[in-house]
Amino acid sequence: MATQVEAKGWDRNQMAARAAKELKDGYYVNLGIGIPTLVANNIPAGMTVTLQSENGMLGIGPFPYDDQVDPDLINAGKQTISELPNTSYFSSADSFAMIRGGHIDLAVLGGMEVSQTGDLANWMVPGKMIKGMGGAMDLVAGVKKIIVVMEHTSKNGDPKFIPECTLPLTGKNVIDMIITDLAVFQRPDHDSPFRLLEKAPGVTSEELRAKTTAHYVE
Amino acid sequence: MQKIYPNAEAALEGLLFDGMLIAAGGFGLCGIPERLIDAIQASGVKDLTIASNNAGIDNEGLGKLLRTRQVKKMIASYVGENKEFERQYLAGELEVEFTPQGTLAERMRAGGAGIPGFYTKTGVGTQVAEGKEVKIFDDEDFILERGIRADLAIIKGWKADESGNLVFRKTARNFNQPAATCGKVCVAEVEEIVPVGSLDPDSIHLPSIYVKRLILGAPYDKKIEFRTVREREAA
Repeated sequence: MATQVEAKGWDRNQMAARAAKELKDGYYVNLGIGIPTLVANNIPAGMTVTLQSENGMLGIGPFPYDDQVDPDLINAGKQTISELPNTSYFSSADSFAMIRGGHIDLAVLGGMEVSQTGDLANWMVPGKMIKGMGGAMDLVAGVKKIIVVMEHTSKNGDPKFIPECTLPLTGKNVIDMIITDLAVFQRPDHDSPFRLLEKAPGVTSEELRAKTTAHYVE
Repeated sequence: MQKIYPNAEAALEGLLFDGMLIAAGGFGLCGIPERLIDAIQASGVKDLTIASNNAGIDNEGLGKLLRTRQVKKMIASYVGENKEFERQYLAGELEVEFTPQGTLAERMRAGGAGIPGFYTKTGVGTQVAEGKEVKIFDDEDFILERGIRADLAIIKGWKADESGNLVFRKTARNFNQPAATCGKVCVAEVEEIVPVGSLDPDSIHLPSIYVKRLILGAPYDKKIEFRTVREREAA
């Protein structure tokens, strides 16, 4: 049977590009590992956005040329990077003072589960994945605006935007915006429900409802 | 007073004992005190509790001390990319106190600054908050976290002068600075030791008061966990 390949939803780069639309000139931003990292490739021309790396750097440059790789210069994902003319370095204690102190404008993080009240789970699957939370708990507690970028459903097709998280939490009532491959949800404050803001091309309201168990406003 | 020791073994003499708490600098394999870790491994000291952001990777960094089963407990935020760690943890052979990265950095900073505890929003409503005092400030919940005061701090710097004033290089500073301050004794290894007066006093990252013992650790073969590069644009 021949299947029609539908152009539906956003791919990883399009999700990152959608997140990049939330950037503003002058923003200081922390990007998580995975899809969030791709946001750096989508900063609008002419806009000044300074990226923070929680291991102690403001002003992250692109990956280095092969002959300029420096083991002393890595990002929070432990990848080699380069510096920019306006880069500064500082200790982990200063880095998290910056984060916890509310000085970072925006953080974009990955997610395993998000609840309808803005809880995030992204650091642990009991008995299975035991890597640790790294700086994620500090980021969701301290950064002014939190965007989660994730696939709408798990590999098994289970919804990830759900009434209540089943996995250990990274933060409670911390998320402002959710960008998935199917849609964008947003809430104006932490007392309000999420509202459907946009659907990706080819996605219907019915399909979204079918793949989402969390309550949201249309 | 002479702070410079001929090697890591000599610099650690009289400082190591079973069951001690060690704070270690480094982020991943960036800025880790390799020589001191090797000497601790060789000493055979055991039942260690180690406060460090990461636990190294298999057979690199603190991973070496895990392999020899010298570590009883890790206080860390991220321990991925380490199979032996995972095996020991899942088998119940290794205790882990998962601590958010910023909380760990602040626990070291606070401990070093004489602050036994502090309240933070990080971890509120998560399992990190379990068993911890909750206090409300301005209508928001905060949890009490303890400062860390370690028996020994081991750190890696870039350059030090002979008095122990020290500078770090790029992102290799990370946890080395707060870890240095929280140790009852801090032993530092550096890539270069220069005469007093050759470092700009305005550019010292770690004042000499924190560095009790110092070794020249060079030459270093610095490891990279994830080598990522870009293509050079065509001329």
